[in-house]
Amino acid sequence: MKIYDLIIIGAGVVGTAIARELSCYKLNIAVLEKEQELAFGVSKSNSGIIHPGTQNHPDSLKGKLCVQGNKLIRKIARQLGVDFKQIGELIVAFKQEDIPQLHELKAQAKKLGVRKIKIVNQTWLRKHEPNISPDAVAALYAPTAGIISPYRLTYDLAENAMANGVEIFTLQKVVTITSESHNDLGKSFLIKTLSTEFRARYIINAAGLSADEIANMVGISDFKIEPRKGEEFILDKKHKNLTKHLLFPLPEKNSKGILVIKTADGNTMIGPTAENCADKQDLSTTEEGLQKVLSSAQRMVPSINQTDIIAYFAGLRPVAGDDFIIRHELSVPSFITVAGIQSPGLTAAPAIAKMVGRILKDNGLALKRKWVFKALRKKTIHLFAIPFSKTAKLIKKDPAYGDIVCRCEMVSAKEIKDAINRGAKTLDGIKFRTRAQAGRCHGGFCTTRIMKILSKQTNTPLSEISKKGPGSWVVMEDRADD
Amino acid sequence: MIKKDLVIVGGGPAGMAAAICAYEQGVKDILLIERDQYLGGILNQCVHTGFGLDYFKQSLSGPEYAERFIAKIKTIPQIEISLQSFVVNLSSDKQLTYLKPGSLNQIQAKALIMATGCREKTREMINIPGTRPAGIFSAGLAQKLINIEGLLPGKKVIVVGSGDIGLIMARRFFLEGAEVKAVVEIQTKCQGLIRNQVQCIEDFNIPFFCSHKITKINGNKRVEKVSVVKVDGDFKPIKESQFDLECDTVLLAVGLIPENELIEMAGAKINKSTNAPVSEKLNKTTISGLFVCGNAYKVYDLVDTVCRDSETAGEQAAEYLKGIK
Repeated sequence: MKIYDLIIIGAGVVGTAIARELSCYKLNIAVLEKEQELAFGVSKSNSGIIHPGTQNHPDSLKGKLCVQGNKLIRKIARQLGVDFKQIGELIVAFKQEDIPQLHELKAQAKKLGVRKIKIVNQTWLRKHEPNISPDAVAALYAPTAGIISPYRLTYDLAENAMANGVEIFTLQKVVTITSESHNDLGKSFLIKTLSTEFRARYIINAAGLSADEIANMVGISDFKIEPRKGEEFILDKKHKNLTKHLLFPLPEKNSKGILVIKTADGNTMIGPTAENCADKQDLSTTEEGLQKVLSSAQRMVPSINQTDIIAYFAGLRPVAGDDFIIRHELSVPSFITVAGIQSPGLTAAPAIAKMVGRILKDNGLALKRKWVFKALRKKTIHLFAIPFSKTAKLIKKDPAYGDIVCRCEMVSAKEIKDAINRGAKTLDGIKFRTRAQAGRCHGGFCTTRIMKILSKQTNTPLSEISKKGPGSWVVMEDRADD
Repeated sequence: MIKKDLVIVGGGPAGMAAAICAYEQGVKDILLIERDQYLGGILNQCVHTGFGLDYFKQSLSGPEYAERFIAKIKTIPQIEISLQSFVVNLSSDKQLTYLKPGSLNQIQAKALIMATGCREKTREMINIPGTRPAGIFSAGLAQKLINIEGLLPGKKVIVVGSGDIGLIMARRFFLEGAEVKAVVEIQTKCQGLIRNQVQCIEDFNIPFFCSHKITKINGNKRVEKVSVVKVDGDFKPIKESQFDLECDTVLLAVGLIPENELIEMAGAKINKSTNAPVSEKLNKTTISGLFVCGNAYKVYDLVDTVCRDSETAGEQAAEYLKGIK
């Protein structure tokens, strides 16, 4: 009977950051994910912003962990070879009478320890952010804000955790959790999933939108996850130099407002909306959402046009009250809740991981360092991110780098094969890892080629290739008689 | 750097017609670059007949039509063909960078014809709200899956758009045994050729809804249903008319966009609303010696017209090359 020291439920950015953080210790760790691929829950629709810590209450867990996470992410990104760009953010005021609010935000951020923030005037804005609306009068400038790919960060955290011994199991939706005592081995949790069962001494509930359901399984019912929908709209890469910084309006009651976001993938993204939503599966976009995002974004950058939009999606923030809930459950010893991780959860993830480590230690788990911890990971190659001179060298080494599959985003057959070897099992999994199908034609030209590569590499019939897991089959029937 | 008198990008009917014509007009140093592993372009997946009535005075299938050009071009050694070659950069002085398995190549062209065709408009471009499950295809992708790969994309299909591509794909799905639940068209009448309206829709009793649009796609894993609504004269939805149709597939045939990102990169002016080059005369761009032909120049109805106009591009390039010598 195998008993893991620790099982993490949920392989989003939080679950994988915890797994990676703890993989330097002598522990048997497993991660259970209900989807077929990692990051397919909340993390895939994250905006990819590494927040500086502004717009948070100085006493909040969110604020403190965000400021710490902003520092920690730099080292992690370097170690894992994930691109992090510190581009800075501007919280923009459009009226003279709003300027005092910028000062309030500045004072609040100072209390949290956000570095290098300052108020900039209209002249500064025109010079450093040329496409910003002429109506912008001033802004709070936080240079430590940055951008990262939320899904590539998750995949790379997971990959590095696995290189250090962590096991990750996908398509493992947890259905029950019970306690059991063994004569010789002490106590453990028995976790039953739809297809099998696992045992662990400690459980970390990092289940995102399902965190309340997982908590209910062990009798914890003092919080509820209330999804808050955010719709985001992606612009054609042609407009990648539209803005230089992340642009924020003054914050609204429930959110940071509609932003103009420079993304790590190069596209500009506008959004997100913030609408409370009853259904945890409702990832639909709406006409109203589009109109709201478009008009708010145009207020900041007037040259944005509806015809520039090439993609859109909706995500759900796992809201559980105003702050994160990160705690050891006294009523269920050895069960740790990590819930309500909405914005700035991506930024905070590395700090959350460290905090969880401390909680485990305080509650009896021995953290002894391994002799060898592989902190470094070889950087994934993306042709779209490197100069042609480098591409030429790569093609000489492996001809498949010259075999372009996705023409809009310039993704080669080699990158797609690598993504599959690193764990991609679905078309969306390949898209998030490589950007193939994410461009202006939306896979119109490359879907069949990608299906064939995936089918061959994973020995899966074409009729069993899915967009995002079982049930989302791309085609209904294979009629070729080869 | 390698130099060529004429480089043509795109090995579909437009590129091949331009290459052959330029050769016949005296250009003897031509490179034809094609990203796929075959010449012929989109014709290869158009297995239906009706091509070539004007140009060849015969009704041919797409592959048969392409084969006529391929056979001819292969007899001309002065036209070098580079397959699986993908252009990644174009500069205003007509320097091209292209990748192919095993090499990155740079080439200086004296004259350049872009015959890069079109891409299909996506669901995002006409903004259909809703979820993003599997089962949403552009018509061209569905056509490729059925006709080239032998895969059936879906069994209960809604076709959005009644242009020729939509009509032909409705028939294609019907003939493959799928149930075509509806063709939905926002305009007041069918947008395709009369012969396609009759032979693809009416002959098979496929339900046709004009002045209607899809307002929502539903389904988490695979498409489950769509909401359809009647629109008024200003294309505004008439709310009370809304109804749902169960389906597993939404096929989008909502128009084509010329692919001109490369000439845009080179600095040629592009019409923002059509994505076609700003042009004072057929096939010309704002950069001299850089021509665009076929569907990349404008979206044509018939491949015969594509070929004729592309031959003009071949002549124009030949004339330009004589002028600079």
